[in-house]
Amino acid sequence: MKFTKTLLATTALTVAAGAAMADDMTIVSWGGAYSKSQLKAYHEPYSAKTGVNIINDDSSAEAVAKLRAMNEAGNVTWDVVDVVAADAMRLCDEGLALEIDPDTQLAAAPDGTSASEDFGDLLVSSCFIPQIVYSTTFGYRTDLVGDTPPTDVCAVFDLEAYPGKRSLEKRPINNMEWALLCDGVAKADVYDVLATEEGQNQALAKLDTIRDSVIWWNAGADTPQLLADGEVIMGSTYNGRLFSVIEEQKQPVAMLWDAQVFDLDGWIIPAGLSPERQARALDYIMFATDTQRLADQAKYISYGPARKSSAPLVGKHESLGIDMAPHMPTDPNNAKNTFLYNYEFWADYRDDIDAKFQAWLAK
Amino acid sequence: MSDTTDSGPMLAADGTPLKRSLARALRRQKIRALMLVAPLLLFVILTFIMPIASMLMRSVDNEMVGEILPQTVVEIQNWDANSGELPDEAVYAAFAADLVQAVKNKEHTKLGSRLNYEQTGLSSMFRQSGRKVKNWDPVTDGPFKEKLIKAHKGWGEIETWAAIKTHSSKYTSGYFLNAIDMQKTPQGIAAQPEDKQILITLFIRTLKMSLIITGCCILLAYPVAWILANLPARSANLLMILVLLPFWTSLLVRTSAWKVMLQQQGVINEVLVWLGIVADDNRLEIINNQFGTIVAMTHILLPFMILPMYSVMQTIQPTYLRAAKSLGATNWTAFWRVYFPQSIPGIGAGSILVFILAIGYYITPEIVGGTDGVFISNRIAYHISKSLNWGLAAALGAILLAVVLVLYWAYDKIVGIDNVKLG
Repeated sequence: MKFTKTLLATTALTVAAGAAMADDMTIVSWGGAYSKSQLKAYHEPYSAKTGVNIINDDSSAEAVAKLRAMNEAGNVTWDVVDVVAADAMRLCDEGLALEIDPDTQLAAAPDGTSASEDFGDLLVSSCFIPQIVYSTTFGYRTDLVGDTPPTDVCAVFDLEAYPGKRSLEKRPINNMEWALLCDGVAKADVYDVLATEEGQNQALAKLDTIRDSVIWWNAGADTPQLLADGEVIMGSTYNGRLFSVIEEQKQPVAMLWDAQVFDLDGWIIPAGLSPERQARALDYIMFATDTQRLADQAKYISYGPARKSSAPLVGKHESLGIDMAPHMPTDPNNAKNTFLYNYEFWADYRDDIDAKFQAWLAK
Repeated sequence: MSDTTDSGPMLAADGTPLKRSLARALRRQKIRALMLVAPLLLFVILTFIMPIASMLMRSVDNEMVGEILPQTVVEIQNWDANSGELPDEAVYAAFAADLVQAVKNKEHTKLGSRLNYEQTGLSSMFRQSGRKVKNWDPVTDGPFKEKLIKAHKGWGEIETWAAIKTHSSKYTSGYFLNAIDMQKTPQGIAAQPEDKQILITLFIRTLKMSLIITGCCILLAYPVAWILANLPARSANLLMILVLLPFWTSLLVRTSAWKVMLQQQGVINEVLVWLGIVADDNRLEIINNQFGTIVAMTHILLPFMILPMYSVMQTIQPTYLRAAKSLGATNWTAFWRVYFPQSIPGIGAGSILVFILAIGYYITPEIVGGTDGVFISNRIAYHISKSLNWGLAAALGAILLAVVLVLYWAYDKIVGIDNVKLG
C-alpha cells in the first residue's frame, strides 16, 4: 500500500517536472551587466507575453566547446545561445548551429524593410542573428597620462610620451592589427601583411618594444579593475565595460575610441533541438531581435543595436538618465577611425598565429 | 568417489576432495567481496575510467578525414607527395564527388577546421569552395582539376594535397608529435618552426615550478605541523582551524586576494613604499610572473602538506626525543637522527599530494601567472575551450598523465611507496 503510494507520488512528480520542463527555456549568455540588460530588454517582456520561464546560463565563454560536447553526447540542453560572431561561424562550420533565413524567420523593421536589409552586412554567417555591435578599444587614466591625453591608438606603443603599464588581451587578435597599424602599415593592407610570415614577425617585433610594460588580461573585467586600481595607465577592453567604469563608477578614466575594433555579438540556435523546442527558440529570436527590443537593450548597456532601424530609437540610460547615443561605438564622433575585424582571416590563421604569439609570450 | 583408497586425495566432510571444496569456498568469498565493491567499481569505471579513456583516444583518432572524403583518401594513395607535381584528374574527380556529398551533409567545413590545424588556410578554402561546388554533378560535370582550381586557387597547390594525404589515415601520431613541438610532414617527422615551439618549454616549466612549490610547501608546513602536533589538544584544535579556514575558502577568492596583496599598487608594495624601503617609482613586480604563481600556489596547496605531516607527527612518541637527549644527543642530533626520520612518511605523502595537484593546476597560474608563470594545463584548457583542437589537448593530457605515472614510479623506486603515510 505504502509502496504503491510512493510510486504514484513519484510518477506524479516526474510528470509535473516534465510539464514544468516544457515551459522552461535555457538561454546562454555572458553574465554580469550584459545578461542583466538582456533580462530587462528581452527575457522579462517575453516571459510576460508567453508565460515561458527563462533560465539563464552564463556559459557563453565556453559555448563552442560545450555545444560540441553536448552534440556528441546527443543531448543538447540549451535553447538559445549568445556568442560572438567568430564563434557563431565556427559553430556553423561544425554543423552545431541552425541555419536561419532572416527574411522569413526574423521580424521585418516597422517600416517594412526586410530583416536581411535591416541587418545588412552584419549577417556574417548563415547561423548568426546579430544583436549588438561592440568594440574593443582603449581606456586611459586621465590623471596618469600627463597634460596631453592620448588621441591616437599608437600612444599604446609610445613609452616615452606615456610611460607606465598598459593592459592588452592575452591573445593575438586585435593586438597584432594595432601593432601593424602603428608600425606604418596602411589600414587596408593589415590583413594582407598579417597573412605573411614577415608580417607576423613585424607585428610581434612591434609588440616586443612594449612587452615589459604590458599586463596581459584574460577576462573583460580585468582592464577596468586594473585601471581603477591605477595598476595600468591605459588598457584595452570592451567599450561597455569602460562605460560602466566611467559613468557608473565615476573613475578618472576616459575613452580612446581611435582604431576601435568593431565586433558583433548575437544569437545562435543549437542544431539538434526537438521540433517543439526549435519552434519556441525561433519564436523567442523573432521577438528578441525586433527593432524595438534591440533599441531597448541600449538603455542598460552601451552597445550599439545591430539593426539600422533601431538606431533612432536609442534613448536614455535607464537609471543614470544620460543619453546613450554618444556612448555607442557606432556614434559618428566615436567612429571617426574604426577597424573592422576580419572573420575569415582569423578563422584560418587563428591557430597558426596563436601558436607563434604564445611562443613569443613565453620567450 | 566412495571407493577412494587411502592413497587418494583428502576428502572434506561431504565427500568432495578437500582442495576443491576449499577452492569453492574461496571463490564464493571472492564473488561476495566483488559484489560488495561492484557498485563502486561500476561507478568508477563509468564516470572516471571511461570518460578519460575516450578523451585519450581522441589523441590518435583521425577517422573524420576518411569518413568525409572516402574516395579521395583511397585515390590519393597513388600520388607521390614528393613528386613535385599535382595529383592527376582521378584524385580531383574523387575529391569533387566527396566534396559535393560533404556539402550536402554539411560536413565540409568541419573537415576544413580539422585540416586547418595542420595547414593554415584550409578552413576558408573548404568553406568558400563548398559554396561553389554545391550544384556540381560528380558524374557529368568533369573534368574537375581545372574547375576546382578555378573555384579556389588553393586546390592547385601541392601543399594542400600533401596535407590531405599526410593526414588521411584512420589513426594519427600527428597530435602527439604536435604536443612535443614536432610535426608530421610528407617528408616525415620534423621539428616545428622555432617560433612556434612552446609546449616542451611549458612542460619543463610546469615540472620545475611544481617542484619549487612542493619544496616551499615542505619548508613552510614542517614547523606548522610540528607545533600543531606538540601543542596541547585545545590550542592545537584552535590552530588547526586557522589552517583549515583558508582550505574552506573558494579558490578564486584566495587567488584574487593575492592579486590585491601583490600588485604594484597593492598592500605589500604600499607598505614597503610607506616604510621607505622601496622607491615609489620603482615598486616591486611580484605578480603576473613566476614569483606570483609560486606564492599563490604555495599558499593554496599548503594545507595538503600540513595535514598529512601533522597526522604522522602526532604518532611520533615524544619519549623518543627525551630518550635521545638523556643519552647525550644535542637538540639538533635528537631532531635530525630521531625525530626527522620518523616524520618522512608524512613529508612523502604531502609532497606527492602537492606535486600532483600542482602539476595539473590551471586557474591560479591563469590569474596571477602573467606570461612566464603559466603551466601546460593552461594550454590544455585553451585547446579544449578556445581553439577546439581536442586531439592536441588529449595528447597533451596523455603526456602529462604519463609524466606523473613515471614520477610516481621513480618515487616508489627511490623512497618506496610503503614509506608514505597519511596518519
